[in-house]
Amino acid sequence: MSILVGTDTRLCVSGITGSEGTFHSLRNRDYGTDVVGGVTPGKGGQDVDGIPVFNTFHEAVDKTGANTAMIFVPPRFAADSILEAEDAGVELIIAITEGIPAHDELRVFNTLKKNGRSRLVGPNCPGILSPGKANVGIIPATFFKPGNVGVVSRSGTLTYQIGNVLAQQGFGNSTIVGIGGDPVPGTDFIDVIGMFQDDPETELIVMSGEIGGDAEERAADFIAEHVTKPVIGYIAGFTAPPGKTMGHAGAIVSGSRGTAKAKAEALEAKGVRVGRTPTEVAQAAVALLGGAS
Amino acid sequence: MDLLEYQGKQLFARHGVPVPAGKPARTVKEAVEAAEEIGYPCVVKAQVQIGGRGKAGGIKVARNREQAEQHAQAILGMDIRGLTVYELWIETASEIASEYYASVIFDRSAKAPLVMLSTKGGMDIEQVADEDPDAIARLHVDPLLGFQDFHGRRLAYEARVDADVVRGVGAMLAKLYDTFIAEEATLVEVNPLIVTPDREVKALDAKVTLDGNALFRHPENAALRDPSQEDPQEQMAKERGLTYVKLDGDIGILGNGAGLVMSTLDVVAQAGGSPANFLDAGGGSKAEAITSAVEVILSDPKVKAVLFNIFGGITRCDEVARGLIEAFDQINPTVPFVVRLDGTNDVEGRALLAEAKLPNVHAESTMDGAAAKVVELAKAAA
Repeated sequence: MSILVGTDTRLCVSGITGSEGTFHSLRNRDYGTDVVGGVTPGKGGQDVDGIPVFNTFHEAVDKTGANTAMIFVPPRFAADSILEAEDAGVELIIAITEGIPAHDELRVFNTLKKNGRSRLVGPNCPGILSPGKANVGIIPATFFKPGNVGVVSRSGTLTYQIGNVLAQQGFGNSTIVGIGGDPVPGTDFIDVIGMFQDDPETELIVMSGEIGGDAEERAADFIAEHVTKPVIGYIAGFTAPPGKTMGHAGAIVSGSRGTAKAKAEALEAKGVRVGRTPTEVAQAAVALLGGAS
Repeated sequence: MDLLEYQGKQLFARHGVPVPAGKPARTVKEAVEAAEEIGYPCVVKAQVQIGGRGKAGGIKVARNREQAEQHAQAILGMDIRGLTVYELWIETASEIASEYYASVIFDRSAKAPLVMLSTKGGMDIEQVADEDPDAIARLHVDPLLGFQDFHGRRLAYEARVDADVVRGVGAMLAKLYDTFIAEEATLVEVNPLIVTPDREVKALDAKVTLDGNALFRHPENAALRDPSQEDPQEQMAKERGLTYVKLDGDIGILGNGAGLVMSTLDVVAQAGGSPANFLDAGGGSKAEAITSAVEVILSDPKVKAVLFNIFGGITRCDEVARGLIEAFDQINPTVPFVVRLDGTNDVEGRALLAEAKLPNVHAESTMDGAAAKVVELAKAAA
């Protein structure tokens, strides 16, 4: 098993005809993901290397039975595209787009929550990879193989860094979930950690957080109450000065809130081992699982 | 993007939030002209984004032309906790009967706007929250519904404002919420919100933070500037479309991806070094972007050594190597570089660097090893 994406995934890509959209859609298909269609208004009837393009999500879902959407359109169009996919009944929407206005994200989040029929992952995320099954997004799949470590992270490249160190120690992954670096993620640590807890294939959970907000602190409470599997944490941004946005829109220490130190302490207080470097995370994994699986 | 007080008040005025009449000034002459136009008494206020301006002598009342000139002279160019005053705001002096606090905050944890009101105005609100949390009335607004009149009444009664201004305070909160939504702010704060002796409700201060990602919809806001916050490296990086944050140390840092760069800063600090900057060259960085980034990093005279930490996903390590070789061709750096290339096309990238035989460039294969090396080199150069 894996979570969120797998062999049942039927993917429809919004923005498939753009250069990045085309490149990554085809890479995802090459990996084995079932890419059933794409949406670009005005380009319905065309195809991208055999993948049919539709004008609307509603038509795409009707004709292809798509159950997963990937959003690759520029920030000013992204909220609309997410809402369209939701309106068309797509269950899982993965938004790669970086730079979506925060108030758009607020509207999208609250609309999806109210309607209760779709899950959004991202925005500003690298996507989701279930090694050997499906890759939806821009995660470079070559570094990862199937295994028993579930990874959830606010950062793309940091996920690759940690995943690579784990791979060097012989570990593979059940699923790698990028939840994104924006202030209003559709899916939070606790959602994904809960899914890993219920996933029989996952034996160890690695969560990679960073400064800003309180998602890591809430995850610490959740883990203490609901998670029996071992969890290893990592937090980036100990050296970040307050009031400065560190690349990700959500990575900002506001006054005394959202510091890396507070997050690491909150996790450790609930018994989560926190690695001080990506290398320490892998060492902790080895110690917990007793070597490669 | 944080606005200066006067920029915030000008936004407020556009949305019908009552503010004292005022004018900005950049010179003593402009300040005196503004004071003459506004009339006396007026207040000369230093425009810097920091608390405690009054205590530092950055806010003075002028009763006549001579005083306006004196105060403007004294405050322009003043240093307030490390920030230079380049601009003044001259406004009508207000009579104050009560000082309240009001704000609308983008509460990312609750994923809804949070409206707060307190009668303990004019103080540090975090301190009030710690010492007397019941003194602050709070209410989350469903962003799909918006701010209703009853929200305003409820907050006003819960905060126990004077009975005769319940309606006025409620109306003020509704307008602050309008400003928050219409301008796509992440913070709108008024401290103090005042009640005058003739029972008018006014915003005496304004602290506004706008969402940088939404500025494409607000071109007039995108043009706002705060010269006291502008740093030459950050300006240069912005013009080149790079994500750069200036820090205090002497080790220049370049990486790809915000999380990896933050992590790199931490690992360098753990190795005993002090990073000079955060620079995310982004996913898929091409050679030109790398050259451009090296120029920004080296324009900071404090930099004694530079660390490249690349984990190639979409970014290809051979592109990064080509960018670095190009940068050496163009600018001939005098400080040592440590380069860690891992991930997509790392073998090709390392081979290119080895072939180019760049002076004083050290290749490392791990993040920890690269951090240790760059710290050693920076210390040797200090």
